[in-house]
Amino acid sequence: MVLTRWTAIWWLFWCAGLAPFVLLMYQVVTDQAGADPAQMLVLATGLWALRFLWLTLAVTPLRRLPRLGWLIRFRRMLGLYAFFYAVLHLLAFITFILGWRVDLVWREFTERPYIVVGLLSLLLLLPLAVTSTTYWMRRLGRNWVRLHWLIYPAAVLAMVHFIMQIRAGYAEQLLYGSLLLILLGYRAVVKLFPKKSRKTC
Amino acid sequence: QALGAERTPSPYSARESLTPYRLVTSHNNFYEFGMGKGDPKRYAQRFRTDPWRVEISGEVAKPAHYELEDLIQPHALEERIYRMRCVEGWSMVIPWIGVPLADILKRAEPTSRAKYVEFVTLMDPDQMHGQRSGFSTIDWPYREGLRIDEAMHPLTLMAVGLYDNSLPPQNGAPFRLVVPWKYGFKSIKSIVSIRLTETMPATSWNLSAPQEYGFYANVNPAVDHPRWSQATERRLPSPLFNPDIIDTQPFNGYADEVAHLYAGMDLRKWY
Repeated sequence: MVLTRWTAIWWLFWCAGLAPFVLLMYQVVTDQAGADPAQMLVLATGLWALRFLWLTLAVTPLRRLPRLGWLIRFRRMLGLYAFFYAVLHLLAFITFILGWRVDLVWREFTERPYIVVGLLSLLLLLPLAVTSTTYWMRRLGRNWVRLHWLIYPAAVLAMVHFIMQIRAGYAEQLLYGSLLLILLGYRAVVKLFPKKSRKTC
Repeated sequence: QALGAERTPSPYSARESLTPYRLVTSHNNFYEFGMGKGDPKRYAQRFRTDPWRVEISGEVAKPAHYELEDLIQPHALEERIYRMRCVEGWSMVIPWIGVPLADILKRAEPTSRAKYVEFVTLMDPDQMHGQRSGFSTIDWPYREGLRIDEAMHPLTLMAVGLYDNSLPPQNGAPFRLVVPWKYGFKSIKSIVSIRLTETMPATSWNLSAPQEYGFYANVNPAVDHPRWSQATERRLPSPLFNPDIIDTQPFNGYADEVAHLYAGMDLRKWY
């Protein structure tokens, strides 16, 4: 098979998305994950899920820029990586923090509002991951776009989940919150003030 | 720097396996030196702790500024192995070296109006980058407080070392409080001021989030924090695939020694 330029770039994106996971594994195996690897892994996978979700949302504004239209080819992969890290985040929490103890899992997922919010965000991403294939895009047609609108509430819930954990400082939450506002604000502006005709410019 | 502490076991020491030195000194909440657990070790190594002055003031007959060595010198150092329970749900067992706070307070001769003790951490934004942050929820310097009977309790320790060494900066060098039956955040680090007061002093976390952190902050498995259940804790080091989850004890297992201090108090209200 001929390795075209696009397959090369595709693999580049694929490796870049997997890199944080590989790096975390390396840190754990080589005992460089700190005094409490459990907490480190939960925090790191959560943050990477958030980053990939934001990158997915950034594709639409960025592809309008000159010479960046090709980004759309990688939006599906970015979204799937967001889902991948969100699932790892959940599994790390249940395995490393709760040890799969049923009583603890039940307690945390019923009594902790910030955990419920985080879980809701992940549940909204689930149907998007499942229907991300070309088969489902064709089968759902216009409804595919409607369904994938769910990424917006999922991102907002993920941000709320993050904000609810503010302790001694909120610098990170301010950064990610501002970026989300820009990403969502862009869409609101485009929708509210559509260009009348592209030919006039 | 090695400390010559008395090696005879203290009756107040826990008989549990110790959390290794490397973990005790690399997993710290010391927000003056950063938000991450590893940040204090990374950013505090050049923290200057000598000379160090401590002011004892307020409702005492003999208010004074002490050089730290003059404050500690007259007392015999003791080793105390204490459980340390963080409000975030993890715990350690740490061999502290220090002096009971009561011994230090008695030298200043508290007056009859001394009902509380307020502690303040050093304010030095040049050395502590966390104090320069514009996005902090804490109004620096960090402050904590105890009721006078809590402060005079024999379990309450002023630590200057852990294991056989003087305190590393990330653990609150050179002089910190250790109150083993309360959540870790009560055990204020790098103290420069001890003030005895008639009224309850303001405390940093209570000021920052009063619905989450009370003045007393006694370890209590029956009263949850909004984000963390307090019924169980993870004892560090905790294996990844078999986490060491244990039941949290009332007053962190020190109920026999301290429960009487709170007789008649509703501990759900006074959390």
